[in-house]
Amino acid sequence: MTDELIARLSNNLKPVPHNAVQLMILGALAIGGVVAVSALLMELGFRADIDVAMLGPVFWIKSAYTMAIAVLGGVLTLTLVRPEGRIKWPWFAAPILVLILALGAATQLMGTDQQTAMVYILGGSALVCPWLIVALSSPILATLLVAMRRLAPANPTLAGLAAGMLAGGPGRGFIRSTVAKTAWHSF
Amino acid sequence: MSEPDTTETRLRALMLESLNGDAGAYRTLLSELRRHLYRYFTRRLHAAHAAYAEDLVQETLLAIHSRRMSYDRKRPFTAWLHAVAHHKFVDHVRRYSLRVTVPLDDDAPLFARDDTADAATRMDLDTALHTVPKRTETLIRKVRIEGASIAEAAKASNMSETAAKVSIHRGLKALTARFSGGNK
Repeated sequence: MTDELIARLSNNLKPVPHNAVQLMILGALAIGGVVAVSALLMELGFRADIDVAMLGPVFWIKSAYTMAIAVLGGVLTLTLVRPEGRIKWPWFAAPILVLILALGAATQLMGTDQQTAMVYILGGSALVCPWLIVALSSPILATLLVAMRRLAPANPTLAGLAAGMLAGGPGRGFIRSTVAKTAWHSF
Repeated sequence: MSEPDTTETRLRALMLESLNGDAGAYRTLLSELRRHLYRYFTRRLHAAHAAYAEDLVQETLLAIHSRRMSYDRKRPFTAWLHAVAHHKFVDHVRRYSLRVTVPLDDDAPLFARDDTADAATRMDLDTALHTVPKRTETLIRKVRIEGASIAEAAKASNMSETAAKVSIHRGLKALTARFSGGNK
C-alpha cells in the first residue's frame, strides 16, 4: 500500500519553483486586487478631488498607515503558511501602530472645538465606509484564502487573521482614494 | 545509525533535488521518510492505536507531497517534516479524542536517538540475535527491524529471495525455540 503510494507520488512529481510561496501569495493579491479595483471603478469612481487630496499630507499619512498594517499582515502571512513558521513581532507592532494613529487623532481633536470634533469623529462617511472597505477587501481575502489552502498553516486561525490584515490594507487604500474624510476610516 | 546532523544534510539534499523535479531522489526520500515516520508514530501512539501508524505514515507522505511547496529551501528540512508529522499526529489524537496532550516545545525531535528503555531492548535484541548465524542475523535485522524488503535484504546478502525468506524463517524459529522457555 505505502509502496504503491510512494511510487504514485514520485511518478507524477512536478518541480516546485523557488519562492513558490511568495509567488502564490503575490498572485492571489494581484487577482484579488484587479477584481477589487474594477469593482471600485465601476461602482464608485475616484473621489472628485483625488488630485488635490494627493497633494495633502493627510492622504499620504493614512496611506502609509494602512500600507504598514498590510505589510505586517504580509510578513505574518508568508511565515504562518509554513507548518513550522513561528513569528511574533508583527503582532506587537500592529497595535503599536494603531496606538500611534490614535494619539495623532487625539492631538488633532484637542485642538478643535467640540462641534468640529464631532464632525471629525463621525465624518461624512462613517456609516458607509466600513461596509465598502469590507466589500473591497473581500475579493482579495478570498483569493488569498484560496491560495493559502494549498499551503500548510499550522494555525489556520492566526494565518487567517494575518491574511485579513494583508487584504484589509489595500481595501482601505482603495476606499481612501474614493471617499476618504476622517481619521477613523483606517479602523 | 547516522547522527541527526548527517540525517538532516542527507534528507535536505534529497528534498532539494526532489523540489527541482528529480523523481529518483524523491522516491528515495519518501522511502526513507516512510521508515522514519513509522518509528515516529509508533513511538507516540498509544499501544491500542499502534495499528494506525501505517495510516498516519501514508497521510503524512501525502501531506508532504501536496504541501511540499510550503517547505522553504533555506530552512532545516527535518524541522519542516517534524511540523507536518506533528500536525498529522495531533489530527489523529483529536479525531479519536484521546485527550493526549503534546506540548509543542517539549516534543522530542523527530530523529532523536532511542531512549533508555529502547536501549535496554536493543541490548537484549543484540544478545539474542548473536545466537543465530551471522548471515541470518543480518537478514533478520534488515527485514524485521530496519524495515527493508526481502528483496533488498537478499540482494545485499547476495542470495536469492527464496533463500533469504527461508533463512529468516529458520532464524526466527530457532530464536523462538530458544527463548520460549520450554520444548515445543
